[in-house]
Amino acid sequence: MSYQINGTTVEHDEEGYIQELDKWSEQLAEVIAADENIEMTDEHWEVVNFLRDYYEEYQIAPAVRVLIKAIKKSMGKDKGNNKYLYTLFPYGPAKQACKIAGLPKPTGCV
Amino acid sequence: MSAEENGAGAEDQKKFLYVNRRAPYGTIYALESLEVVLIGAAFDQDVSLAFFDDGVFQIIKGQDTAGIGMKNFSPTYRALGDYEVTKLYVEKESLEERGLTADDLMEITYEDEDDDWAEKSSVQLVSRAELSEIMAAQDVILSF
Repeated sequence: MSYQINGTTVEHDEEGYIQELDKWSEQLAEVIAADENIEMTDEHWEVVNFLRDYYEEYQIAPAVRVLIKAIKKSMGKDKGNNKYLYTLFPYGPAKQACKIAGLPKPTGCV
Repeated sequence: MSAEENGAGAEDQKKFLYVNRRAPYGTIYALESLEVVLIGAAFDQDVSLAFFDDGVFQIIKGQDTAGIGMKNFSPTYRALGDYEVTKLYVEKESLEERGLTADDLMEITYEDEDDDWAEKSSVQLVSRAELSEIMAAQDVILSF
């Protein structure tokens, strides 16, 4: 199972998470998003980039409640809430946004 | 789903201590323990971690795993505060026996909700005797 991008192939697991994190690019993010029926807007990118920064710093993809709290802290409560994030990523902000961000499935997502 | 959403109150809380006594790499115990802590943190229990024997090496600064081809997961300990895990007990004697001091440990902090989000250290140095008391006071001890 793989994503096709510019004639190259990026492998993913049965749920769509890429296997080699360094194969990620913004273009690939668009491809994964399209696969999830998501059209990437600035608001989507804000969350995806936030997750990538979090991973860079802590080496984990945060659980959804941790993500919401962290977004609330850095972007305010208009964005740090379930409703806003589920509007952007209807199948779960942590799972879907992490997939698009090229990260593993969130740790501690029960 | 967090336990908060289930309406779990303090009376449902148990004291969980995760015991870490092995070096971080070479076996999978340290990483597995950390992952269990992060997953278990969703259940709104009273969680603390203890580091002694070679376990103190899990949270030393400046870990570099390039030479052994393993992921350096030590930055993840610094995320524990976000998961509301804020009590990391480190045994003084284990540090001393290995020629280490508190300055060799990573800075692991949390923001105290009850004190205007002041940043505080999660790491507490305790003696062997104090650690025995802490262990005796637990409901559940998980040893890695």
